[in-house]
Amino acid sequence: MLLNQFLLLGAFLFATGVYGVVTRRNSVLVLMSVELMLAAVNVNLVAFSASLHSVAGQTFALFVLTIAAAEVGVGLAMILLIYRNLHSSDLDDVDVLKG
Amino acid sequence: MFFLDHAWLVPLIPALSFAVILFFGKRMPKGGSEVGVAALGASWVLACGAFYQWVRHVDNAAGAKGAAGSVKAFASSLKLAATSSGEHAAPVAPIVHSVTWFQNAGIKLGVGIQIDGLAVMMMFVVTTISLLVHVYSTEYMRDDRRYTYFFAALSLFTASMLLLVVADNTLQLLVGWELVGLCSFMLIGHWWEEKPNSDAALKAFLTTRTGDIGLICGVIMTYFIVQRATGVGSFNIVALNQAALSGKVGHTILLMTAVALMAAIMGKSGQFPLHTWLPDAMAGPTPVSALIHAATMVVAGVYLGARVYPVLFEGFSIGHGGVNLMAAIGGTTVIIGAALAFVQDDIKKVLAYSTISQLGYMVMGLGVGAWIAAIFHLFTHAFFKADLFLGAGSVSHSGAHHSFDMKKDMGGLRKYMPQTFATFVIGSLALAGIFPLAGFWSKDEILVTAGKGGYTFFMVVGLAGAFMTAAYMTRCIYLTFYGEYRGGGADHGHDPLATEAEQDVAHDAHEAHAGPHESPTAITAPLWILSFFAVTAGLLNAEPFHIEKFKQWVEPRYAFPELVHPAFSWPAAALSVTIALVGIGISYQFYWLRRGLRDFSSRNAFARAGKTFLVNKYYLDHLYTDIVVGSIKGPIANASYWVNQHVIDAVLNGVGRGSLSVARFTYDVLDQRGVDGIVNGLALGTGDAGGAARAVETGRLQWYALMMFSGVALFSVFLWIAH
Amino acid sequence: MIAENVAFGIIAAAMAFGAVGVVRTQNVVHAALFLVVVLAGSAAQYILLGAEFVAWVQVLVYIGAVIVLFLFGIMLTRAPMHPTEPMDNNLRFWALLPSGLLAIVLGGLLIDAFGRDKIHLDAPTPNVAITNSIFRVYLVPFEVVGVLLLAALIGAVVLARKD
Repeated sequence: MLLNQFLLLGAFLFATGVYGVVTRRNSVLVLMSVELMLAAVNVNLVAFSASLHSVAGQTFALFVLTIAAAEVGVGLAMILLIYRNLHSSDLDDVDVLKG
Repeated sequence: MFFLDHAWLVPLIPALSFAVILFFGKRMPKGGSEVGVAALGASWVLACGAFYQWVRHVDNAAGAKGAAGSVKAFASSLKLAATSSGEHAAPVAPIVHSVTWFQNAGIKLGVGIQIDGLAVMMMFVVTTISLLVHVYSTEYMRDDRRYTYFFAALSLFTASMLLLVVADNTLQLLVGWELVGLCSFMLIGHWWEEKPNSDAALKAFLTTRTGDIGLICGVIMTYFIVQRATGVGSFNIVALNQAALSGKVGHTILLMTAVALMAAIMGKSGQFPLHTWLPDAMAGPTPVSALIHAATMVVAGVYLGARVYPVLFEGFSIGHGGVNLMAAIGGTTVIIGAALAFVQDDIKKVLAYSTISQLGYMVMGLGVGAWIAAIFHLFTHAFFKADLFLGAGSVSHSGAHHSFDMKKDMGGLRKYMPQTFATFVIGSLALAGIFPLAGFWSKDEILVTAGKGGYTFFMVVGLAGAFMTAAYMTRCIYLTFYGEYRGGGADHGHDPLATEAEQDVAHDAHEAHAGPHESPTAITAPLWILSFFAVTAGLLNAEPFHIEKFKQWVEPRYAFPELVHPAFSWPAAALSVTIALVGIGISYQFYWLRRGLRDFSSRNAFARAGKTFLVNKYYLDHLYTDIVVGSIKGPIANASYWVNQHVIDAVLNGVGRGSLSVARFTYDVLDQRGVDGIVNGLALGTGDAGGAARAVETGRLQWYALMMFSGVALFSVFLWIAH
Repeated sequence: MIAENVAFGIIAAAMAFGAVGVVRTQNVVHAALFLVVVLAGSAAQYILLGAEFVAWVQVLVYIGAVIVLFLFGIMLTRAPMHPTEPMDNNLRFWALLPSGLLAIVLGGLLIDAFGRDKIHLDAPTPNVAITNSIFRVYLVPFEVVGVLLLAALIGAVVLARKD
């Protein structure tokens, strides 16, 4: 196996995630796209771990998993809060930053 | 040696008390205060035991050298020896116990105790004053809406302060340091419903945090100082002091560390120019001001300086005389603090500026090599300043309807509150440095050492400060206790400046007895105990009477630079007392006899300008909020606006029309709404640019995400090409 | 070797399909299911790479917990199952710019840097190696992550509380 086949897969997942974060209107879907990006990072970490014969990469993949779980929890709480206040989970409605 | 080896119990007990009060306090018959008082009592006993055993420990070590101590005392009485007795005495190593806190990547970090004279002295001071403040608070805070919470916070504060005091490594010291900062924040904002109180709490937190950046940098550097000297890095304080004195460490890193630590000292110990938080911190309840903002927490900076003194000593080349950063900051603070105390109407603010000024003495003392004198001043100051603060609280509690305004609600109180009056006067005399009260011995020692150590200029500064101290305390006593009673009357004399909370308490507790009266025993007893210390504490190091116990017990004889200890000199002492008396005399003339330049400031333009300058606190607050924050905020806002206007417009072939009106509008928004304005400006600028690219016109979140990712992508392209 | 590469190809194709599905489908629940495909695929990739422990944690945490959280989120916010208006905003074209650019740059950089470097796997990573790594070398980060999780837990409760 080539190292690069995993890394390129990761790059593709990451770019897809970016696309999703920018284009999706539903905030839950945006959060899912963020998960895609995190999964891409994890693929890279594990691939490097195998390539370098170092277990540190896997350890960090586990940390990323943990952080991702925390992020989903807080993110969904925020989405619920937005939904409760704006009665919508559509990010186009979240435009209070507009001057 | 039980008490010395188990000194970790001293911080642990208040910590447990904090937990107990927090979880069970509300259900207790006295709202948790009994737990706090009992825990502090236990801690105090342990601290006294440690004190006793340490004295035995030192005396045993000295005993090995025969009657060296008495010979030394004899020699100094003959004024033959202008040098230290410590240099010749047997070294007394501190008692260090440590356990591994955690380890990471091969580095072990410990938590432990380092007990020496300094730590024992601080433990005694902190537990004593904390115990008295606890007792005092049971009366002062009675019927407070957050009574239990208050005692929990007091316990936590005491535990953190003691954790800091016993720390055997700089990392643990940092933990204690941050915790006391947190407790200070909680207690200043105790009545947080009023905006000024929560503002004051925030200001204290953020200002000391500015200095804490220095402490974090300094602590990191201490690790590498030890590594350079021994090859193995460590945060251990003893190792650090040995490393600093070993000569194996370059002067540059020592200087950098000393400057970083000095920033921390400036923040915590209210040194110019970071002192502005301390007067505002008086928004907290008075027992808190006495405990935290006079006696213990604010001296944490001085304590830090004393703890790692070899680093400062070598870094600032203190032994060489002349001027160094530490002495200069301390000296400046002495004068500016004392000057500000003259224009305050709030009795607690007078005391707050006085504290700043006295802290300046301590820092200056450390800066001029008067280590033992500075620490001695810390010791005595803790007692008489706590006495004064609690006295002010007593006046406000029972005499002035919870107001602190001397001009509006006080005056003539000596008839109503004789005990408070007597203790307050004792504290003031001690503060002014009148022989033979506590302040005299410590202040005098700083001045003499400064004079002999090649720091003549700072001795003059100190004398000027002594003069001002005596004068403003006389003014304070006059306004509070003499003249006609100005408070009270049909309207209950509630001062509009007094906070809602204070008025609430006033209504609850004092509706029945409107007139000024003496405070109950829970308040006067601590006052008398502190007054006792204010009179006698100085005699621990009364050189002309051949008593140098304090120096013998407290000064480290292990990993410590050799300092000059000049002998006591009667002429210098006479000079400083005379100067203090002159200060009192002039003030007396001015206030009692109404002679001299009354209303000078309203007749003379120059004096008026000076007074305005003082009343505005040297415009430092304006400097910080308007100029520093404003100048950073404004240009950034303008710059981002400029980027929006010019760069994005140009890129998108945008329209220039209407940009002037938008600019003006945006400018107003930015100017008035600060940080909000930056975001608004971005959105507005983007909206303006969107005139050309209607498809992406937005104020939406995902537009920003798009811009961010585009920026990352473009940047990585750039890096790739550059590579 | 060939078997591994074939397996990789199949899984990678499924993952790519799933990823595009997550960002393109017009049904919110379908998006969550596509995400399951991607995450399960990456778990399979971990097994290919010998990281069995990470793979199982991935399955348990992500597919077991996170996806369920997402489904809860979808239901609680009453996301439209059969939307009347498109699920995407009008940035679709512009979003291609950063994502495409990132894909190109990353791909180019990776090919440039690692070329045809091969992965030589001896044996799957034993669990004991991972536990040693976590509880010896990275103990402090582990504790910190624990605190972070607690903070996130409290934060989520505080945010979502109804008052």
